[in-house]
Amino acid sequence: MAPPPPSSPTVVPPGRVRGHRPPTGLAVAGGVVALAALLPVVYLLVRAGEDGWTKVSDTLLTEGTVRLLARSLGLAAAVTLASAVIGVALAWFTVRCDLPGRRVWRVVAALPLAVPSYVGAFAYLSVFPWLTGFRGAFVVLTLLSYPYVFLPVAASLERIDPSFEEVSRSLGNNAGATFRKVTLPQLRPAIATGGLLVFLYCLSDFGAVSILRFDSFTRVIYLSYQGSFDRTPAAILGCLLLVVTLVVVSAEARTRGRARYYASGPGANRPPRVTRLGRARWWALLVPAGVAVLALGIPAVNLVRWLVDSVQADVDMARVWRAAGGSLVASGLGALVTGAAAIPVALLAARHRSRLASVVERSAYLGHALPGIVVALALVFFSARYLTSLYQRLPVLVFAYLVLFLPLAVSAVYTSAMQASPALDEVARSLGKRPLAVLRTVTAPLLAPGVAAGTALVFLTCMKELPATLLLGPTGFETLATRVWSATSIGAYGDAAVPAALLVVAAAVPTWLLSRRLGRQAAS
Amino acid sequence: MLSSRRRLLVVLALAALLTAGACGGSSDSKTLTLYSGRAEVQIQPVIDLFTKETGIKVKVRYGATPELAAQISEEGSNSPADLFFAQDAGGLGAVDDRGLFAAVPADLLAEVDSKYHADDGNWIGITGRVRVIVANSKNVPDADVPTDVFKVTDAKWKGKVGIAPTNGSFESFLTAMRVQAGDARTKQFMHDLKANDVKIYNDNALILKAVNDGEIDLGLINHYYWYQLANEIGEDKMVARNHFTLNGDPGALVNVAGVGVLKSTDHMDLATQFVSFLLGKTAQTFFADKNFEFPLSAGVQPLPSLPHLDQVQSPDIDLSKLSDLDTTLTMLREAGLL
Repeated sequence: MAPPPPSSPTVVPPGRVRGHRPPTGLAVAGGVVALAALLPVVYLLVRAGEDGWTKVSDTLLTEGTVRLLARSLGLAAAVTLASAVIGVALAWFTVRCDLPGRRVWRVVAALPLAVPSYVGAFAYLSVFPWLTGFRGAFVVLTLLSYPYVFLPVAASLERIDPSFEEVSRSLGNNAGATFRKVTLPQLRPAIATGGLLVFLYCLSDFGAVSILRFDSFTRVIYLSYQGSFDRTPAAILGCLLLVVTLVVVSAEARTRGRARYYASGPGANRPPRVTRLGRARWWALLVPAGVAVLALGIPAVNLVRWLVDSVQADVDMARVWRAAGGSLVASGLGALVTGAAAIPVALLAARHRSRLASVVERSAYLGHALPGIVVALALVFFSARYLTSLYQRLPVLVFAYLVLFLPLAVSAVYTSAMQASPALDEVARSLGKRPLAVLRTVTAPLLAPGVAAGTALVFLTCMKELPATLLLGPTGFETLATRVWSATSIGAYGDAAVPAALLVVAAAVPTWLLSRRLGRQAAS
Repeated sequence: MLSSRRRLLVVLALAALLTAGACGGSSDSKTLTLYSGRAEVQIQPVIDLFTKETGIKVKVRYGATPELAAQISEEGSNSPADLFFAQDAGGLGAVDDRGLFAAVPADLLAEVDSKYHADDGNWIGITGRVRVIVANSKNVPDADVPTDVFKVTDAKWKGKVGIAPTNGSFESFLTAMRVQAGDARTKQFMHDLKANDVKIYNDNALILKAVNDGEIDLGLINHYYWYQLANEIGEDKMVARNHFTLNGDPGALVNVAGVGVLKSTDHMDLATQFVSFLLGKTAQTFFADKNFEFPLSAGVQPLPSLPHLDQVQSPDIDLSKLSDLDTTLTMLREAGLL
């Protein structure tokens, strides 16, 4: 697991080393990783245009496409809005009120992230069979993704300089007005960061919308892929989804306010004021408890119910263990490869700021915006034609994991790289060590904590991944995720129980890591 | 904390282990790869019997029939598949149209009625299923159930008919309608369904359940869903009844689940052996008794409660002509049903 960062890191501002030409090896390695990350996108464009532009325009310029766009964006916007409300409310109650047991509630409030969307959706559907379509997708996705807002907002509430609010109160604003005029604007960056993650999560989610039968992009692409002899429309829609995602990401970056919310002078670093709720705090308890019951209680109760069923039913446990082995192998390889690939990217970004470095870094971060189904489609096409010896074999799936989850690993390694002073490398060089020896004896040990944390995070995220695993897995190969998927799609909940429970337990770990990471981001 | 050298060793050992795991179990000369559009429960037991009897292992890639047909087309001559078992004749026709199937040996073709294999002999039907109109017997007396499938769009069935537009069998039924009655008539039928407030379901089993519960009166499904539900909840609880249309329209289309051997296979002998096994008594009996389908060979009889295939007034359509799924899909989309 991620070791705590060194207590007194020597942070060298990137500006100090600007202009240092990166070593050729590092630049080449970074370039290769960046090209690899771009490959699926480029090939998807090629494949989509293969049948000519008429086909592209015929597929896109229909009323159906407009409705599809409206549905997908509408769902993402509604979920983002609801998540913002729930996330901010929970953060407020758990950080700034004297809620009984608020430390515990803060951990509980982050846990829904550990529930894979397909597990949550199945659980909801088995309790409320009528909860399908927009309503169902809205409820399930909101309950599972609000922690993306909650975590950064909670972290940022903890670090807001209380003097702003004190000044506001002293100028005659009441508590409500102070929250609206002073606190909320300071939370804006955190809400925007979290909201963007929720929005992207909704656009790329495949499991929940498929199970709840809401025709958003991912489901329509999958249905087209599955239900037609012609795959070009799936590729074209995949490109459209990609464009939509990129527009959202860049629009968010552009509209981010230029306002600054930090103190102009070095104020005293004090803990935030805690609002005393008096007797009302027992009523306030209903907020986190209610959300926890809806977001965690219902899936948990169902998981237990399925587990009980599975004891009675004749579950093929050998198959579950084989699937667990499949998850370990695929996710393990994915994590090792991704962790290794992150090193040159993070080193370039942290130590050798240049145009090359920023191109490499941006390509590596593209995965954040790429829906799993889009990457999977691109790689099915590419490997069927050009990588025939690797086609339907594990390396292609591992490669998909690399493209999708490289950002997680890069940001973890980057943190370590920023904390490790390049001066140490320079000293080693000046003392006569060769570059490779420096890498081995100085740089590597300094980066190790970040690489380990990134690799672990990628490993556990790969375990939950569904669409790419479904499309790219070798013939006859099963993972816990595909096992849950195929068992639940024929209603064999007993067969799905054990793999689903294993997945949820495994996913609780990256949830905890992510909560720390978002907390740190909000702090910086 | 481990020392860095020891940690390196651990990582290397892990990597070696994973690589070994990843490369292990690669194909050997006695392994077939099957792409199956049939669900696992409908076919895996038969495959297990085959492996037990012959020692030939079969790796199966399960998926939707059109998905796997498209995949084989995309793979072309590089396809890792030796055989394709499709849920309906349309999927087989689509692969055959691209010239990717090898000829099925004549002695095997001779085991089924010539209606149930490809004209060019490149694929062969293994089992049959019939499209039916399922009706709620409490709400609809038997005599009132349409005997002509085009009549389900009559005003009196407004909002009372269920279909599953994403289901391959329903799509094949429409393709058959296009073959028999033409695109214009089929377009009209789709339009009439939509205008008559047809109820959309995700699959046949849900339609049957809705008919059985009286939520709707009629549904367009395959015959065997009735038997599956009866098997599950007991025949006495079945309010729904299967009805076969009577005037040779596509409402009673007999379609097949069938298999073809890929030209690109390196295991022609083993693949032929597998096809032969599917046509044999063991497999056919399983399909008849467990899947409630119509066996097509080895003299195996369908369940006693089913009519004989010859008695079904199936439309006189060449199953090889059901491969144009994409036009059907476009029409469904234009009609607002998909």
